[in-house]
Amino acid sequence: MILIVAEHAEGKLSKSTYELTEAARQLKREGPVTLLILGNQVGAVATAAAALGEQVLVADNPALSEYDPEIWAAAVAQIAREGEANTILIAGSRSGREYSPRVAVKLDAPLIEDAISFHEAGDALQAEHYTFLSRVTERIQAEGTVVVVTIKPGSFPVAQPNTSLAEQYDVQLELPQRRLIVTGQIKEKTERVSLVEAEIVVAGGRGVGSPEGFRLLVESLADQLGAAVGATRAVVDSGWRPYSEQVGQTGKTVQPKAYIAIGISGAVQHLSGMGKSKLIVAINKDADAPIFREVDYGVVGDVQDIVPAMIRELQQNPKSETTKDQVH
Amino acid sequence: MRILAVIRQVLNAEESVKVKDGAVDLSSSKLVVDTMDEYGVEQALRMREATPGIEVAVLAIGPSRCEEAVRSALAMGADRGILVEADVPLDVITISSIVAQVARAETIGLIFCGGQQADWDSHALGAATAERLGWPQATWTHALSLDGDQLIGKHAVDAGSESFSLPLPAVVTTQQGLNEPRYPTLPNLMKAKRKEIRRESLDAFDVKPKLKYLGAEVQVRERLRTMIDGKDSQAAATQLVDLLRNQAKVIQ
Repeated sequence: MILIVAEHAEGKLSKSTYELTEAARQLKREGPVTLLILGNQVGAVATAAAALGEQVLVADNPALSEYDPEIWAAAVAQIAREGEANTILIAGSRSGREYSPRVAVKLDAPLIEDAISFHEAGDALQAEHYTFLSRVTERIQAEGTVVVVTIKPGSFPVAQPNTSLAEQYDVQLELPQRRLIVTGQIKEKTERVSLVEAEIVVAGGRGVGSPEGFRLLVESLADQLGAAVGATRAVVDSGWRPYSEQVGQTGKTVQPKAYIAIGISGAVQHLSGMGKSKLIVAINKDADAPIFREVDYGVVGDVQDIVPAMIRELQQNPKSETTKDQVH
Repeated sequence: MRILAVIRQVLNAEESVKVKDGAVDLSSSKLVVDTMDEYGVEQALRMREATPGIEVAVLAIGPSRCEEAVRSALAMGADRGILVEADVPLDVITISSIVAQVARAETIGLIFCGGQQADWDSHALGAATAERLGWPQATWTHALSLDGDQLIGKHAVDAGSESFSLPLPAVVTTQQGLNEPRYPTLPNLMKAKRKEIRRESLDAFDVKPKLKYLGAEVQVRERLRTMIDGKDSQAAATQLVDLLRNQAKVIQ
């Protein structure tokens, strides 16, 4: 079977699960497209998954209420073995990329990280992924019949639901004890769409001048557009914004339909996190800023004047509703 | 306790990437220790300074030139180096087997490696190594201290960050914010020349690569590069909004 580990949060399947499903459907490998749901009280999620897969395996267990890399790896490896999975597809989220290596080691299987495309080559699986801070596209081939793959978010289209619902099966798991003990949590508090799922990202660099400038320029424009907010490392290091908003090598990787960079010079580490965006817009007073080599639309000027003028323009001439996330 | 910091020698981020015969060619490029790995070396040194009886070893797996990277880590203050010479590209699952074998032979109690390596963009080495050793892991760690036989720290997760405790032995992957890596001082550079670097051959480790490398291309995405003069901010804003609406059609 082709095993998809479904990501979900707050009772809903994540966008990544729809992308993994589309990836699995494109793959001509043997066996049913199977979605595995790990969690506690996940009935609603399992029902949603039944419209995507050819079968759904549900591990509804209080021990799975909070993610843990060792528990997730044990669960996925057990199901992969029992179901004789040939391909294990895992979302390229921070957690997915954290437990997938453990799954590969448990199964003595190759790991393809952050695939952007793949195809069959005889019995083997070939894939493309980015290397060198996303500057190089590398083609690799996994040796062996079982392969673990993480899929880069945004690389595959969102799968459409089937008209009929697949069968759901409860599974029993032997789970290890939790060793990483969580003693406190700081949740990303955002009422905006999530950074990695957003269709538009408005991001700010040191060029916005201050935390207040970030709020007035970046956040205001993001809210006007229904966009997510991103920040550069310099902004995060200065304590203006939380790490959760950082885009770049050491932060999140995004590839929205449009990335609007405000007061960002465009260090290579930042470009590696957003350089695959479909459209890149930059506003910066320095005409020589490296970001302008990567833009579709560049405005050389003062962000303090131009961004408020954009917001006014959008408010005064609203054509219709702003773009919203399409997955529900 | 012995701490092992795993380091990789990577292209300096400011350099351009060259591809030759379907693979990245680093022969004429400036190479450095991966910044993410330097956080691990620095953290190990800080732990040694705070707790008596800690030894810090660094491990590099790669071509002979990686000795330079090991030497840099020794100049930061690491006690000794191990270089496993490998001239063929190895995938991360295979490399984790080498790291785990070294850790066992050296009776290591804590392993550091970078959260993401700047050459192969991999996040997997820490977790794969932990699995092989049967150890727990904490990834993307941005605060860490030793508390008896436990580690106390903070790390980034999907939806924000968490504080955690973790029993030793363990694998920790790093990220920015963990510390500011020190620069080698002149006396330390001199001392580093006399420190031991043990070279081992890949043949000493029984590994079989799991990935084949078929080719590589530098990806260049064609951009429109439409530039707008922002001297008249209102006119520039109007033009940009018009382009976003009517040409790119990303907003309505």
